[in-house]
Amino acid sequence: MKTLEDLRKIREKAQSEMKTRDQKARVKIVVGMGTSGIAMGAREVMKAILDEVAKRNLDDVLVTQTGEKGLSSMEPVVDVIEEGKPTVTYGNMNPEKARKVIAEHIVNGKVVNDYVVATQS
Amino acid sequence: MTLKRTDILLCCGSGCVSAGALKVKKKLLELFEQKDITSEINIIETGCMGPCDYGPVMMVYPEGVFYKTVGVDDLEELVEEHFLKGRPLKRLMLQEEERIFATKKDIPFYQKQVKVALEHCGYIDPESIEEYIAVGGYEALGKVLTEMDPQKTIETIKESGLRGRGGGGFPTATKWAFTRKASGSPKYVICNGDEGDPGAFMDRSILEGDPHRVLEGMMIAAYSIGANKGYFYIRAEYPLAIKRIKNAIEKACEYGLIGENIFGTDFSFDAEVRTGAGAFVCGEETALIASIHGERGQPNAKPPYPSDSGVWQKPTLVNNVETLANVRTIILKGADWFAKMGTEASKGTKVFALTGDVKNTGLVEVPMGITLRELIFDVGGGIVDGKKFKAVQLGGPSGGCLTADHLDTSIDYESLTEKGAMMGSGGIIVMDDANCMVNVAKFFLEFSLEESCGKCTPCRVGLKQMYSMLERITSGEGKPGDIEELESLGNSIKALSLCGLGQTAPNPVLSTIRYFRNEYISHIEDKSCNTKVCLDLMHFLIDKDKCIGCSLCSRKCPVSCIPGSREEKYEIIQEECVKCGTCMEVCPVNAISKLPGISEELRSEKTEPSDYRSLYT
Amino acid sequence: MYDEILKKYEPKKENLIYILHEIQDNHPEQYIPEDAVMEVSRYLSIPSNHIYGVMTFYTMFSTKPRGKYIIRLCESPPCFLRGSENLLRKLRELLNIKLGETTPDKKFTLELCACLGVCGNAPVMMINEDVYGDLNEEKVEAIIEKLGGQQ
Repeated sequence: MKTLEDLRKIREKAQSEMKTRDQKARVKIVVGMGTSGIAMGAREVMKAILDEVAKRNLDDVLVTQTGEKGLSSMEPVVDVIEEGKPTVTYGNMNPEKARKVIAEHIVNGKVVNDYVVATQS
Repeated sequence: MTLKRTDILLCCGSGCVSAGALKVKKKLLELFEQKDITSEINIIETGCMGPCDYGPVMMVYPEGVFYKTVGVDDLEELVEEHFLKGRPLKRLMLQEEERIFATKKDIPFYQKQVKVALEHCGYIDPESIEEYIAVGGYEALGKVLTEMDPQKTIETIKESGLRGRGGGGFPTATKWAFTRKASGSPKYVICNGDEGDPGAFMDRSILEGDPHRVLEGMMIAAYSIGANKGYFYIRAEYPLAIKRIKNAIEKACEYGLIGENIFGTDFSFDAEVRTGAGAFVCGEETALIASIHGERGQPNAKPPYPSDSGVWQKPTLVNNVETLANVRTIILKGADWFAKMGTEASKGTKVFALTGDVKNTGLVEVPMGITLRELIFDVGGGIVDGKKFKAVQLGGPSGGCLTADHLDTSIDYESLTEKGAMMGSGGIIVMDDANCMVNVAKFFLEFSLEESCGKCTPCRVGLKQMYSMLERITSGEGKPGDIEELESLGNSIKALSLCGLGQTAPNPVLSTIRYFRNEYISHIEDKSCNTKVCLDLMHFLIDKDKCIGCSLCSRKCPVSCIPGSREEKYEIIQEECVKCGTCMEVCPVNAISKLPGISEELRSEKTEPSDYRSLYT
Repeated sequence: MYDEILKKYEPKKENLIYILHEIQDNHPEQYIPEDAVMEVSRYLSIPSNHIYGVMTFYTMFSTKPRGKYIIRLCESPPCFLRGSENLLRKLRELLNIKLGETTPDKKFTLELCACLGVCGNAPVMMINEDVYGDLNEEKVEAIIEKLGGQQ
């Protein structure tokens, strides 16, 4: 890119891509993959989520990764983001709990309150 | 189901039904009939939505509004205002805090935090430059390069009051100005990612979670001082951070954000990653520079400071990861915005790593000036297992500890130093009352001793002597005069050491002596560790009155030191006891206790403790 | 023999640490043998004693052969406060070796290390590049089992 104008164009494009991704994707699942999360098993959680999403053919669900939010004692952490709803942060996740969240929250729309550690818009 | 303009998701879980959800539905349908909007609105009965004590609840789409405690009497107004006029009814809406309360399990953890350096950590994909740009990335760099000159940039940082976040607290703008003024070329910027403080992982999180942010800060710094080359020095124990920064540099190159004529200006920049190989002392800037040169990471005397003579004897700016992570926000939101937070001399926010015996361990970013009490008890959630707070170590092995008397101290550079502690890089280790402070001090000293580079005598020899004394004290060989000797030696080492490691290593010992002198005294004079941590100064004892002679302890003892019989009962041979505690665990009648001090048996046998001075002659 | 690696770097002293890292990471016994030091010395035109000086200064380099899996248990205060001493004892039991030693089948080497920066999940250990947190004796046993069993 050569100018600030170029940067802005890229920004707009990136923002809209993230939005349409979200629109094409009804739900975005974000797994915390910092070293804290990985040390507590985030890789296995990620695998379980990808596996369950594929098994159920959920093609309106996007799965990505992020860094640490700082909730070390609650790692592994998984965010569920849906347009118009507060973001739900699940903590102390493991592959089993992750599969339950896919089934109950992602498919049936029912937040698994017991696993929630925070919600914010 | 036909497409309608509004969808109402009405919770019909048992909680809401018992609160009248079905009556609400009936009334709504009646009202829609009346107003002739039945064909426009869907009412969908759903399962339990969660916040049952606020029932009946409903969500209205497409606005995404969440209504709580919707009563039949509210419906006329609701239909009129929201469904007809399109104005959601505020008074029925679940307020932000309430919504969070409804399902949030950890409110105080977030409440007091203000995220600046950690703004995007945990929210963007650190391997995607597009996501970084989408949240305003590189806008600050663009602004600086096209609208501000180096001098103005430095002034902005000066107005913000930003101070080095690595522990020194040196005013960042001043360092930048020194390096800018220095003669010599080319100049360099180094990002110090050699975070070695035990209990600190702020820099790791930022490097892993928002690498572009640090890169952007580095480039702004480089522009301000007239450098075109930057080095990220990251410790080898952080492989993920190294990977993410390398990836960020690559992606930035692809986008032309690193290279020649950035943003069409004549500023060019290139960055590289350098790694350590396991040496805490390389966090010290001159040692770090030696390491970059491919040498042993031994510090050099200052002056000359790196700003005059650093990498390859050229002017070099060394800044901590968190310091650089603040730069972009200061440029975008303004120096005033940043300076409004914190105290008079300590502006902005600081990232702390809460570890130890506290409930919510993790990273938090709070404005400076918050008290220790708020940080440990509100944000941290207090002590685990319901134990009592005893002490908190700030600043890792270079810092000092503070006690319950200091909980209302404001966390800022000056207030902490006054009390004998220090801000340090942000590591906060909380300790409960099961910890022995003499043992803790010994532990921290051991760390510094092992990490000492060995170059200067006060540190190399002095710390070893202090450690030997602490070993004697914790094994029952303490002598009157030891405490004063530790203080004197500690102060000498502080005054005479070449670099920051030696200059601060005695701090944990000196501050524990200051605030927990009585523990040292009981170790030395009473030969007793009241927290029963120091193995040589505690013992296990069988109460013969309670003992039922079952022999379980004797059979489980790994060193077979509990002879006895059903009639004579059992007794521990103290000399052979290895203090494993198995006997106490297995005793069915709780006849065995863990007691402070040396056992009677050994006390009477013990000869006078050896004169430590004989070690020196 | 080490040409492949040396070729990648310019023959400058500042590349010493990276060359050493790469030689070590690529050696099946995870250390830097004497012949490697000699070749590096020739390539960079630095006396071998300087190279040994650097190797022995930094804790991650080893002059002695080590196992396939290098277990680094964090011994720093936050991990100590959460019971790392018990884990050390357990590891010694499971592997039947002392600190700094390698198991006879050359699978595991046991070392202590300074703070790994995952203190929020103490106690922590690192095996090669993988980090494991929130450990207790059972978890440690399970991890060792998975990697190749007790000794």
